[in-house]
Amino acid sequence: MIEIKNIHKAFGDHQVINGVSATFHPGITNLIIGGSGSGKTVLLKCMVGLHEPDKGNVVYDGRNFTRMNFEERIAIRKEIGMLFQGSALFDSMTVEENILFPLNMFTKQSAQEKLERANFCLERVNLAGKNHLFPSELSGGMKKRVGIARAIAMNPKYLFCDEPNSGLDPRTSIVIDELIAEITDEYQITTIVVTHDMNSVMGIGEKILYLYEGKKWWEGSNDEIITTKNQELNDFIFASKFMKALKK
Amino acid sequence: MFFQSFGKYILLLKAVFRRPEKWSIYRKEILKEMVAIGVGSLGIITIISVFLGAVTTVQTAFQLVSNLVPRSVIGTIVRDSSILELSPTISAIVLAGKVGSSVASQIGTMRVTEQIDALEIMGINSPGYLILPKIVGAVTMIPLLVIISIALSITGGYFAGSLSGAVTAQDYVYGITTDFIPFTFTVCMVKSVMFAFIITTISAYQGYYTSGGALEVGISSTRAVVISCIMILCADYVIAQLLL
Repeated sequence: MIEIKNIHKAFGDHQVINGVSATFHPGITNLIIGGSGSGKTVLLKCMVGLHEPDKGNVVYDGRNFTRMNFEERIAIRKEIGMLFQGSALFDSMTVEENILFPLNMFTKQSAQEKLERANFCLERVNLAGKNHLFPSELSGGMKKRVGIARAIAMNPKYLFCDEPNSGLDPRTSIVIDELIAEITDEYQITTIVVTHDMNSVMGIGEKILYLYEGKKWWEGSNDEIITTKNQELNDFIFASKFMKALKK
Repeated sequence: MFFQSFGKYILLLKAVFRRPEKWSIYRKEILKEMVAIGVGSLGIITIISVFLGAVTTVQTAFQLVSNLVPRSVIGTIVRDSSILELSPTISAIVLAGKVGSSVASQIGTMRVTEQIDALEIMGINSPGYLILPKIVGAVTMIPLLVIISIALSITGGYFAGSLSGAVTAQDYVYGITTDFIPFTFTVCMVKSVMFAFIITTISAYQGYYTSGGALEVGISSTRAVVISCIMILCADYVIAQLLL
């Protein structure tokens, strides 16, 4: 479980996150949604320590991450997997080397055991046999799947996904969403997905946090979101003609 | 602004020298960097060194108009200027362009494509993993390149002198073997280690703090080369003043 308490973050005079608090439970897909510039990615980066919050706390299963020193944070980070918007694969390494990298760095397993784990992760994301390809040889969807395989290689307790569907066609987006939801359920991971993709919201949004101008504006599930009376959220959800037609 | 940047540079260096997560992985990276910097720069160093020695010989001979000065002095001047100034400084400036821009653009690209964030999330000390192998690779290989450069520069001078008739082979060899002060070689090595450190750390700093996209990576790379060159020349003066 991850709790965020009263998170504030500003860049210069611009207040990006303004007192956001929430609790994210394991085994369900938690979504943070909002328009561009609403602070979703900044909030995610505050949660994983890539940005330091100006105020507030991030607590991982009772452990206050914000107050930890460098070494203590390293211990938590070994329990975190993250899928980046641009996949962030190491482009000088093959697919296999990308997945083996955290295993080589932090485990004392034999080479065979590590290779088996890498192959298992690749099979899990339906990329078996693609071990020796370089990231430049992969499609956008494949890169995302390798990103997921690398993120789950160390059996993380917490999985963060920053706009996993960006730049993907609708069908591949659904594949990635389903994969994230399956992995979350299978390993009972605390998963937090930052997105503004309405297909993801309706498909896998078991718990949804809506950010508006850096504040928590609404919280609920994908069943509740359709019937919400919140004006800003309605404007966001039903911005497209397709969603408007669906509502009618 | 300067003090802020200098403070960030010192903090980055502090992070670079934190204890590595796994020595075996760092060892592999260090060897990779040694090959990339050492073997990768051998060609350019060979070409510039031979021509530096050749040009120094011809120009010294041109300026040596007095019959009271023996021609063997040309060999001595080529040797001492190669050891003390030309080989370490010119090699370092060329390597700032070649190695420095490569380091800055490599790390800068990793920054803007979130690869450095990915390392951090995994719990890896990204400055240590990315920068330490480059520093170790450079401070071991650049002095070796400078030694090769000195040898090639003196050889270049030998051939240029003989072929142009500026100085006979015997006079040149007599000149390079006379009145050698071993301390000049120590100064040369101090310079080359210092220059290697300057090139890698300044370039890595510029790359590590890149923000934006491809344009900013290019700007960081250019800035890395310019600042490295200026700092090399400043350090050159300071070392010469302190040691000679």
